[in-house]
Amino acid sequence: MKKEAHVHLRRIQWLPTAVGMVILGAMEVYVPSVGETLSATQIEVKDFMFMPTPLTVKAGSTVTWTNKDDEPHTVVSDTGEFKSGGMDTNESFSHKFDKPGTYHFTCSIHPRMVGTIVVQ
Amino acid sequence: MSDDQSLLSRRNALKCMAYGGAGTLFALSGGVFTPIDLAMAASDKQGAAKLGKPLFVQISDTHIGFNKEANPDVNGTLTQTIDLVNGMYDQPALIIHTGDITHLSKPAEFDLAQHFFNRPATTEMHTGPGEHDTTDATVTEYFNRFGKASGSKGYYSFDHAGVHFVGLINVLQFKPGGLGTLGAEQLAWVAADLKGRSASTPVVVFAHMPLWTIYEPWGWGTGDADQLMSQLRRFGSVTVLNGHIHQIVQKVEGNMTFHTARSTSYPQPVAGVGSGPGPLKVPADQLAAMLGMTSVSVVKHPSALALNDKALA
Repeated sequence: MKKEAHVHLRRIQWLPTAVGMVILGAMEVYVPSVGETLSATQIEVKDFMFMPTPLTVKAGSTVTWTNKDDEPHTVVSDTGEFKSGGMDTNESFSHKFDKPGTYHFTCSIHPRMVGTIVVQ
Repeated sequence: MSDDQSLLSRRNALKCMAYGGAGTLFALSGGVFTPIDLAMAASDKQGAAKLGKPLFVQISDTHIGFNKEANPDVNGTLTQTIDLVNGMYDQPALIIHTGDITHLSKPAEFDLAQHFFNRPATTEMHTGPGEHDTTDATVTEYFNRFGKASGSKGYYSFDHAGVHFVGLINVLQFKPGGLGTLGAEQLAWVAADLKGRSASTPVVVFAHMPLWTIYEPWGWGTGDADQLMSQLRRFGSVTVLNGHIHQIVQKVEGNMTFHTARSTSYPQPVAGVGSGPGPLKVPADQLAAMLGMTSVSVVKHPSALALNDKALA
């Protein structure tokens, strides 16, 4: 749902710069770049690491963490602002970042796993 | 290798390997605790009986709710473990569970675990939470069920048969990238709890994460454990029991014996091997050996423990 909404937003942004149908048609080719923007709000939890970190997002973005390990992980903000429950394999957790700032988080099960989100 | 290992025939050892998920039996022998492999205690009743009356059994890391390839049947291996306890030549007075009762702190997992914990003939059970037991948003599921003894603090003490038991919690105050933490409040409580106790009182301390640094990069240790050890050093017999790492590691330091228990659920890699301390997949026919029998230590003096811990690996 969120993905589609985001894609739609990008199209609207593109329209004013599109000077003709040819370029609009070429926009389809740009889907990968739209995809890159989307995946930048995803953090994969794999091999006992958060990837990517640090992650820079715009204020208002929702970041989603997805656990790809056989071992459960959590996402816990150092300041207590957000906290997931235990995420089993392929389970996700999302948090919306409204205010600019630097947010550090860790996995409470494996505290050596740390990550950072920079909200601009 | 100690002479006492002659108690074990190779056939017996192989028989033990057929069991999955064994715990560790501790017998009080000459005032000093001796860990005995539970599978061996059940199958070599005469040999185990020579070591004294079993005081308690330690089980750990049952991870109820885990269902991945490393062991799709953690309920089955826990059942085998309980059957072994119930089959012992003499029932232990206590069972100590050193945490990670559940895999994901879910109510249904705790409920199922309690169903299993009603099965041992030994009804007195003491627990300490693992970090897998405290991942629920409010950190209440564990304490609602197992927090009574500690007033939901996670640390408490009790006496049994002249032995002073201290249960601690070191899974709530992680520092990012760091080890487990006991914290100033808990350490002050321990100091008050031990104050005035005779140095000849045998002391058993149990907590989930190792109270000594086994492998810092994986968080296998407790950052402020030194302050605890300085309080324990004056006692003549101290046994420190932990889980968390799903394998036996032992060391002896002065009068202190440190021991981590195997898991009843799934093995983990040796420190530093692979990307992290996750479930270790082994061929199905090797799983029981990883859970039930990584080593056999039948010794009468703790100084021999460190030499023994890889004996039959």
